[in-house]
Amino acid sequence: MQWETVIGLEVHVQLATRSKIFSGASTAFGAEPNTQACAVDLGLPGVLPVLNEQAVAMAVQFGLAVHADIPEVSVFDRKNYFYPDLPKGYQTSQMYHPIVGAGEVEITLDDDTTKRIRIHHAHLEEDAGKSLHEDFQGMTGIDLNRAGTPLLEIVSEPDMRSAKEAAAYLKAIHSIVTYLGISDGNMAEGSMRCDVNVSVRPKGQEAFGTRAEIKNVNSFRFVERAIAFEVERQIELIEDGGKVVQETRLFDPERDETRSMRTKEEANDYRYFPCPDLLPVVLDQAYLEHLRSQLPELPADKRARFQNELGLSAYDANVLSGSREMAEFFEEVHRVCGDAKQAANWVQGELSGALNRENLSIQNSPVSAQQLGELISRVLDDTINGKAAKQVFQALWNGQGDSADTIIEAKGLKQVTDTGAIEAMIDQVIAESPAQVAQYRDSEPEKRGKMIGYFVGQVMKASRGTANPQQVNGVLKEKLDALL
Amino acid sequence: MHDKTVTQLAAALKSGELSSRELTSHFLQRIEKADGSLNSFITVTAEQALGEAEAADKARADGKAGKLTGIPLALKDIFCTQGVKTSCGSKMLDNFIAPYNATVVEKLRAAGTISLGKTNMDEFAMGSSNENSHYGAVKNPWDTSAVPGGSSGGSAAAVAAGLVPAAMGTDTGGSIRQPAAFCGITGLKPTYGRVSRYGIIAYASSLDQAGPMARTAEDCALLLNVIAGHDVRDSTSVARGVPDYTETLNAPLSGLKIGLPKEYFGDGLDPEVEKAVREAVKVYESLGATVREVSLPHTHYAIPAYYVIAPAEASSNLSRYDGVRFGHRCDSPVDLQDLYTRSRAEGFGEEVKRRILIGTHTLSEGFFDAYYTKAQKVRRLIRQDFLDAFEDVDVLMGPASPTPAFDLGAKKDPVSMYLQDIYTIAVNLAGIPGISVPAGFAGGRPVGLQILGTHFAEAQLLNVAHQFQQATDWHLQLPAFAEENA
Repeated sequence: MQWETVIGLEVHVQLATRSKIFSGASTAFGAEPNTQACAVDLGLPGVLPVLNEQAVAMAVQFGLAVHADIPEVSVFDRKNYFYPDLPKGYQTSQMYHPIVGAGEVEITLDDDTTKRIRIHHAHLEEDAGKSLHEDFQGMTGIDLNRAGTPLLEIVSEPDMRSAKEAAAYLKAIHSIVTYLGISDGNMAEGSMRCDVNVSVRPKGQEAFGTRAEIKNVNSFRFVERAIAFEVERQIELIEDGGKVVQETRLFDPERDETRSMRTKEEANDYRYFPCPDLLPVVLDQAYLEHLRSQLPELPADKRARFQNELGLSAYDANVLSGSREMAEFFEEVHRVCGDAKQAANWVQGELSGALNRENLSIQNSPVSAQQLGELISRVLDDTINGKAAKQVFQALWNGQGDSADTIIEAKGLKQVTDTGAIEAMIDQVIAESPAQVAQYRDSEPEKRGKMIGYFVGQVMKASRGTANPQQVNGVLKEKLDALL
Repeated sequence: MHDKTVTQLAAALKSGELSSRELTSHFLQRIEKADGSLNSFITVTAEQALGEAEAADKARADGKAGKLTGIPLALKDIFCTQGVKTSCGSKMLDNFIAPYNATVVEKLRAAGTISLGKTNMDEFAMGSSNENSHYGAVKNPWDTSAVPGGSSGGSAAAVAAGLVPAAMGTDTGGSIRQPAAFCGITGLKPTYGRVSRYGIIAYASSLDQAGPMARTAEDCALLLNVIAGHDVRDSTSVARGVPDYTETLNAPLSGLKIGLPKEYFGDGLDPEVEKAVREAVKVYESLGATVREVSLPHTHYAIPAYYVIAPAEASSNLSRYDGVRFGHRCDSPVDLQDLYTRSRAEGFGEEVKRRILIGTHTLSEGFFDAYYTKAQKVRRLIRQDFLDAFEDVDVLMGPASPTPAFDLGAKKDPVSMYLQDIYTIAVNLAGIPGISVPAGFAGGRPVGLQILGTHFAEAQLLNVAHQFQQATDWHLQLPAFAEENA
């Protein structure tokens, strides 16, 4: 039987506010346990939450970026359950009236086609702390630094049909939130985590199959692997006459499998009710317009502009708009050198290759966009040739000079275009290569083209790579043909 | 000194007739002598109080004294006080030393008042008799076989017995007004949002409100001046200017329109209490007020609605007491479930457990709409009843409680205890202010007249109460206990 996969994602994005969603404590990552938890975060008797307006603004910006409805009123609810790293015994979240309503994002697939994925809603909530099981024998340590960190939970419709689509969606969300600057998007530090709902159904069937929810998948790669495993498990189960049960599963990246955590019957009754300590959030139109006016250019718009206005290929436009940092770098290189195609080639070729080799992100590139743009300019204005440009790039990468110009100067890489100097070098090479000259002369005219390469090589060598290759080629041909 | 009002004591301090140190030691000695039999305090902070009194005297000498500098007070043990045990009347928090001050406490300190200690209360403010305290029942100074009312019973008893000139209470369903009535003092529950809840251990967040308990309305006005106002740490506190509540105390009452809700004079009202209340209304008529009967048709739904909403919020508010970070923790838990179960089973008393169970049930899937959603609808109707009534009249009057203080141990059935709050509970659901003033006696025990106003009408309530106290002397009468223990 032919099976179809149905996937929906719940993405938790940690918002990059300076302080927590309901308290003034810092949200910085990596501090000593429990040093960034104030009385409110600890859930001490008598404390009250106060909503962080920055978190509201960030959530709304996301909503505007995905063309969502932003309801006038949203309400915080309490989700009640006991867990040691949940200090109050409830999580403050938004169950019934979320801050962001229905919207959509466009994803780009491998074949450069696009697809729209609908967003059901996005809501604000506070993160819990962390339970640390490793360092305490037979006991559990609780670190409440993370407790109260603002999260935006983005819930998609079940619109994805493959692991690749799910990964593309996750990447699209990642690029939107980083473009907006509302999250650092750092998946390794947990700034973006995702729960994946997966089900399968016979191709052509309209009704959804029973879904399993895979919790806490925290990388693009794991999302694909978890889905691949889960889809296979469900199909095998059904084909063997079994039934998928609605349950929560955990992805184990080491074994590359998902395992059951709890079934629906074991699920908590969270007893949601409106939080009486917080007023409903009321947003007026002027506020929305103000935020809308401050939205940066978003990935989809940038992609379209790169393609339509800069003439880049769909592939290039997609890669270069993939993250805010990448796009900003590319645009700066382009601004400096003025040639979009060259800028695209260099950023994706030489620069990306070097970054990958050293496992660096583009923000940490040793070669700045300004430097790269100037380097390309020197190629475009014929100051150096392509070969020398690679040497200059390497020197910039290694910190051997501040700019392309100083390196070109120091290394004497300036292209020799003085016809007299080139002619002198050519004359010398011809004089020193009587055997090759004889061979050239005796060859069939159509083979001579190939043979000229030897002479070009010798001249370039003599010029230490600085002679203009086109010029050398032309003059050599003239001189050799004159000998015939 | 013990029979003086805050206003009188403040004048004596100002004139130099008295020092705060003398005043503070005097009340500390009275507590030392009398509270063994009354049990109105959980913690007495004598040393700290004397230190603060000396600082107050110094501030006065330096010309830096405010109106209330050097006045001793007591705080219900629900207000977080930095470095001092804050138990909320519960074994659960017997070991809890608050690391911060409630906003009310901060404001009272900034005004130069001195805390003598923390008063006894029903556990987590759940109760109407103060018999639900982990620290034992409080006795009513008018009759030590009677309860002082609850949940702010310790505060009420201490003021009535002259152990402290005024105290702070909280009121979620009548917990200031009913004990004030039972103990023959004046107690004000402000409008919800008038006083910050920050640092007040939450029982039912949408109903809790702090207020002053003292001998007179004038004293309550002085204290409300200090504690009222917006607090950025409490989103539900209202950003609205605070008037000087003492300024309008003497406004004449001629033309005041008083409404008597007929539902507050029905079955179950003790005839002697009714008589006292009707006599009080006559006093108002003599002061130029007009009286008419009004109706609050949804009154009989108030108690059922309250016992859905308050326990629902409480079940969630009290989830933080899990034995993990603070409060009672059971010995040698075998696993997490055991830690939770035993810590909570051991730390909470019967009534608290009952309300947590009720609240957990009403919020459960499948019951939520039938209970919680319905109760919220009823709450809106009750609020509308009051707003409608205030279209026609300025204030409402009635008894604060259907009976005077009952005997210790008399109400064994929780529902009969809940019915005690029949006249006070709707006020919290509507969020309006209410005050109870002494208005006579029934069977030798004090009767409280409850006066209700619309949202933020505290100045009017205090004016109306003060004028009554200018015309009567019920509020000046002291129980024999206060004299015997002088």
